[in-house]
Amino acid sequence: MNRARKTFMLNMGPQHPAMHGIVRLVLEMEGELIKDVDVEIGYLHRAFEKHAESETWNNVVPWTDRLNYVSPLINNVGYAMAVEKLAGIEAPERGQYIRTIACELSRVTDHLTCVGASAMELGAFTVFLYLIKAREYLYQLIDNLAGARVTTNFTRVGGVKADLPQGFEEKCRDVFKKVREAVRDSDKLLTKNRIFMDRVDKTGIISKEDAAAYGITGPFLRSTGVAYDLRRAHPYLVYDRVDFEIPVGSTGDNFDRYLVRLAEIEQSLRIIEQCFKQIPAGKHSLDIAEMKNAYEFEDAGKFGDTALLKKYTAKVDQTLEGGGRRQHADVLNASRAAVLPAKEETYGSIEGLMNHFELIMWSWGIKIPAGETYVAVEGGNGELGFHIVSDGSGRPYRVRCRPPCLYIMAALPILLKDSYIADIIPTFGSVNMIGGELDR
Amino acid sequence: MSGDAAANPWQGERRESEPAAAFDALRALKEQGFNMLVDMTAVDYSAQGREPRFEVLYRLMKLDLQSGEDRGRVELHVKVPEGAPVLRSAASLWPIADWLEREVWDMFGIGFVDRPKIKRLLMYEEFQGHPLRKDYPITKRQPLVGPASGERPDNPSFNAMRPTVKYE
Repeated sequence: MNRARKTFMLNMGPQHPAMHGIVRLVLEMEGELIKDVDVEIGYLHRAFEKHAESETWNNVVPWTDRLNYVSPLINNVGYAMAVEKLAGIEAPERGQYIRTIACELSRVTDHLTCVGASAMELGAFTVFLYLIKAREYLYQLIDNLAGARVTTNFTRVGGVKADLPQGFEEKCRDVFKKVREAVRDSDKLLTKNRIFMDRVDKTGIISKEDAAAYGITGPFLRSTGVAYDLRRAHPYLVYDRVDFEIPVGSTGDNFDRYLVRLAEIEQSLRIIEQCFKQIPAGKHSLDIAEMKNAYEFEDAGKFGDTALLKKYTAKVDQTLEGGGRRQHADVLNASRAAVLPAKEETYGSIEGLMNHFELIMWSWGIKIPAGETYVAVEGGNGELGFHIVSDGSGRPYRVRCRPPCLYIMAALPILLKDSYIADIIPTFGSVNMIGGELDR
Repeated sequence: MSGDAAANPWQGERRESEPAAAFDALRALKEQGFNMLVDMTAVDYSAQGREPRFEVLYRLMKLDLQSGEDRGRVELHVKVPEGAPVLRSAASLWPIADWLEREVWDMFGIGFVDRPKIKRLLMYEEFQGHPLRKDYPITKRQPLVGPASGERPDNPSFNAMRPTVKYE
């Protein structure tokens, strides 16, 4: 019997609970079998690249928060590094360590979200709650560090916004215990779970060659067995000084991607712990006995240390001695052409005031020398690159963001073809599609 | 200070090509083992008065699939004039070029020959103009129209059809 098979079209998204908000798949189905897929993106396009052209260099940083909004700190760091490359400056050593810690915290939140959300879509709601709770603790750390949970706006050209807050290392230690526990529990609940395995094992397979041809990087590429990681390939920040492993898979299916992400969480936590051991001593925690000068009071205020403010009286001298303080020098480059002077210098000396206003005034600001460059960092989903063109004025001429999950989304048809409609959910979950980054 | 390949491992060697020879240059690079098209984008230099107007950039990487090492990168710059498409599509070499070309078309209006009909990637089909061109004003607003609505922004009654909503 040779009955002519008929296919039909099925529309999935843009408003669909499993499409993470804003992507549309037009499926050509033959019964439950997917014959063809058309992926339609762009529902969250916010003209990031166009906006960047009309902002000053530092004002683009908040826009980068909105790219991959589950790991905004990595975007901040990637963009700042690209601008610094063009300007020929670098963040000081302590600033680099702080950036590394920030990046890895963000990577953990990214992976927790991805694993948690895709487990929930497969029915494992408990795992979602465990992992999102762990992520919440990390968000509180990030809130502590940057002043916001998601819209971090943490880096500046030449350094970071602020030093590590008081007692940050101890807080991290507590949180990491909880994160490790959550990961362990989820591992116990999922990894040998029959229901979970049936959905993720040997589904959504991609080969090494296909992954490379589609420009796929990050955990998705590593799940196919290619140990390509920008932190190892081109060590930036302080990744050449810390010891970490690159977890790889073998078959490149959804299960491998889940395992790679879980293993990377542990590696990121290890990196942060090593950073805390190595980070050069800066005066980041204020000593009570030394509380004399006004700027130390200001620092204490930034750390929310109001008890100290009440306890001691400030000694104010005429120049306020702002620029010499370590607090400023530790996390920011000395370049006066790019970095705002310490507040005391702005208020206390005419040079500082002029320096401040030259950087702040409309149509002045940082002048980055003309030229173009490309800098890439390892984002939550893969190679997050910024291609920046400067014409020597105070604004970027062009900012191009290479969004890692766009490449995976383009490969979605070959991942889904000839599989069943139920496989869309785990495969799409493992892509970790983030609309803000995909559509920019 | 910038563009030094030795100091910037992400950027790699800079090469240039004529539009007509770009596809052959890319094919030769592919045969040399550049198996990944890392990025493809364009820059509109019209605000600097440069001729030809656009520069299309291909960023390639030699990825060792066994060890996972990056064996070198190359960026190929192609100067492209405005108007009829001159570049050949690279989608036959790297399938991802299909989407990247769609984005370049969408944002800059640079067309490609030797490929299926090009569709916008990020904007909707009814959108008019190419937003990343320097002469597209950032303050310009366009009504969002769906393909099924039959409403066109060039239709004078378009705005009249919408009820005015007052927010208080």
